[in-house]
Amino acid sequence: MEKELLRIEHLKKGYGTNDVINDLSLTVRKGEVIVVIGPSGCGKSTLLRCVNALEDIQGGQILLDGEPVRKNAPNISRMREKIGMVFQSYDLFPHRTILDNITLAPMKVQKRKKAEVEQEALELLDRVGLKDRKDDYPRQLSGGQKQRVAIVRALCMHPEILLLDEITAALDPEMVREVLDVVLSLAKAGSTMMIVTHEMAFAKAIADRVIFLENGQIVEESSDPKAFFERPETERARQFLHTFDYESD
Amino acid sequence: MDLAVMQSYLPLYRDALFLTLRIGWQGVFLALVFGLVCVIILHLKIPVLKTLTGFYVELFRNTPLLVQLFFLYFALPRIGIRMTPEFTGCLGLGLIGGAYMTETFRSGLESVPKIQEESAQSLGMTPLLAFRHVILPQAVASSVPGILANVIFLLKETSVFSTISLMDLMFTAKDLIGMYAKTIECLVLLVIFYLIMLLPVSVAGSVLERRLRHAEFGD
Repeated sequence: MEKELLRIEHLKKGYGTNDVINDLSLTVRKGEVIVVIGPSGCGKSTLLRCVNALEDIQGGQILLDGEPVRKNAPNISRMREKIGMVFQSYDLFPHRTILDNITLAPMKVQKRKKAEVEQEALELLDRVGLKDRKDDYPRQLSGGQKQRVAIVRALCMHPEILLLDEITAALDPEMVREVLDVVLSLAKAGSTMMIVTHEMAFAKAIADRVIFLENGQIVEESSDPKAFFERPETERARQFLHTFDYESD
Repeated sequence: MDLAVMQSYLPLYRDALFLTLRIGWQGVFLALVFGLVCVIILHLKIPVLKTLTGFYVELFRNTPLLVQLFFLYFALPRIGIRMTPEFTGCLGLGLIGGAYMTETFRSGLESVPKIQEESAQSLGMTPLLAFRHVILPQAVASSVPGILANVIFLLKETSVFSTISLMDLMFTAKDLIGMYAKTIECLVLLVIFYLIMLLPVSVAGSVLERRLRHAEFGD
């Protein structure tokens, strides 16, 4: 079994008196793909944002390689280098070309050589089928293309874990596939990922472990995604999954 | 219209134009510096200074430049602070312009979505790197039209300098009308010289605007 990479211990996150995440514990091993599903407002996105320390937390701790990840900690930028994140709304830098979007952080943060970073960026772009768009600006790309660039941008930093926050939620159905294929190939290559998604078929195909979240707590956790999606153990998960079925009866 | 008269006035107008330009651009430069300092204070939310900056912006944005100049030039000497008319003009323009620039810069910064900063930070950028390479370029690009409007406004506002006895374009025209009563000739020349001063600024500004905004907004 691979070594433990990320450990979340008794995480508590709330706004005012409203608890979004309540005493949540979870460990992620290297190479594992965790899919987090649950009804809207259950805290899935907040969970990912906490792991990347975009949110401050009210209790518990998050450890990556045994080191705490905490917003406003002096070492937080260095920790975030190891945690790649892709957002629902892509959030490429609109004032920079595709290639510059990808090479900016490796050059400025990791102080890598321009030639070397560009070569890697082009290889990665080639792999997602967008090498010929390197000199375009984000506004010239479709949503699906932008999202593939956002994934490449995160990958170019060589993160130890990749967080994907509903990355296909804003896309047209036809573009969902091209993005999810990229993620599937990453999983095959052994990337560690935490994925929040509403694409249940995709979740079933890619997950090593499924986490079903409600009210900021893990309701059901399964290392056998096929079994989970066919016969969830809890009634709540059964209800939730049922909302994705359209059988006329 | 007497063209010969107009021609004979040209050297006077030319000198006035140079003076107006010199004070105008120094004032614009001061305004940009004041605006930049103020917006950094507001952006970093530095206590006390933040309140003072808000006070300054509202005070200078909501009173006419003429009144401000009178204060600087006629009231301050009463408490022992004396400045040359030229320096008073620059400072006055800088102060009112600084208030306008602060607001323009602030709206530019606020137009950049928060998630841009988050996605920069999620790539391991420190807040400073994110500001320098992600937030600032976008803020500048979206404030360019406002900055340009402010610059033109400030250069036009130089026309009140005549009241503190600066030989600017307005002063020269009023003086000549008073002496020779060639009203139409003097006013036509005045308009022409303001256009000579400001049209290039407008054109250069539009070119700059297109270049800076090309990435985000296309042509």
